[in-house]
Amino acid sequence: MRANAMHHKWLGAVMCAALLYVGLSAGTSVAAELGPVQVDKSKLTFVSKQMGVPVDGEFRRFSAVMAFDPAKPEAGRAQIEIDMASVDAGAAETNEEVTGKNWFNVKQFPKATFVSSSVKPLGGNRLEVAGKLTIRDKTRDVVAPFTMTQQGAFTQFEGALTIRRADFGIGQGVWADFDTVANEVQIRFRLLAASKKG
Amino acid sequence: MTSDASPARYTATAASLHWLIALAILGTFSLGLYMQDLPISPAKLKLYSYHKWAGVTIFLLMLARLGWRITHAPPPLPAGMPDWQRRAAKGLHHLLYVLLFAIPLSGWLMSSAKGFQTVWFGVLPLPDLLTKDKALGETLAAVHQALNLSMASLVCVHVAAVVKHHVLDRERVLARMLPSFRNKAGS
Repeated sequence: MRANAMHHKWLGAVMCAALLYVGLSAGTSVAAELGPVQVDKSKLTFVSKQMGVPVDGEFRRFSAVMAFDPAKPEAGRAQIEIDMASVDAGAAETNEEVTGKNWFNVKQFPKATFVSSSVKPLGGNRLEVAGKLTIRDKTRDVVAPFTMTQQGAFTQFEGALTIRRADFGIGQGVWADFDTVANEVQIRFRLLAASKKG
Repeated sequence: MTSDASPARYTATAASLHWLIALAILGTFSLGLYMQDLPISPAKLKLYSYHKWAGVTIFLLMLARLGWRITHAPPPLPAGMPDWQRRAAKGLHHLLYVLLFAIPLSGWLMSSAKGFQTVWFGVLPLPDLLTKDKALGETLAAVHQALNLSMASLVCVHVAAVVKHHVLDRERVLARMLPSFRNKAGS
């Protein structure tokens, strides 16, 4: 792959030019590179299960860079960086606990990242992104279905995926078994990015 | 000592519900006092769940008890009891009934406001009547605590009254609520 990087760059430039031409000739703009994700309009939440009870949580600070061309969804890219200390796990004492050593250990691992590797159209406005999710010092391949919709001047990406916290070493020591906090954690995202004109 | 028209004692069902609920309250109240100062741990999360399950159970037992109480007249109070004591006893019993509904209700609402749904025995989810609201959650926690302290005080008065009538006045008020085999054996 690396050896073909130059080749790809060249191909990419030709394709961009071609798309721009198609876009202009069709009288519409082609949104390829999207504007920055509007964090205040976006939501990154998660649902954990404590004693069988779903508990909502949220990350308040994160940044995302996305590129997306509706005409060529497979070329879409997303890179998300999450400030782990901005977690709100439902209560003050819970926040103190989950930022600590047994859970996120934010002192040592302040950021979690997601880097997409491929996007697959599923039909209609439904798509699926695959990529690498890194939390703490563990990286895992994840897949998340999502929908893409236009919201005025914004493009909205909304979807969810379920991870197993043990895969990332989240919840160690007394929390390692799943009696009180289940292994499965659902992550939900709703990201709004300005639909820039191409 | 007993009148012919009315039963001399509570029915076995009423007495069973009384003692079962009394035991459940003692356990749940003590657990509530104990668990709130624990540092966060899996054990704490478990105890909170048990407390909430017990609270829902008490509420349901109280529903059964209220239904039974409405359809089954309690035995009369001792004949020589002064009027003010009769009124006080009635008032106290009413207040305890109200509190035994209000306390689980306030706990459930507090839990909802704090963002933690109540799922009875981890199986049956109760609806969240309130959405998450930190300030409201704290207010309801204070309400839950105040109601509990009121209940604890009234239970003390309730027990003190029983002791007074039973020991000092030598009236057999306690026997009305004890299992019936004692009475049968005595009569």
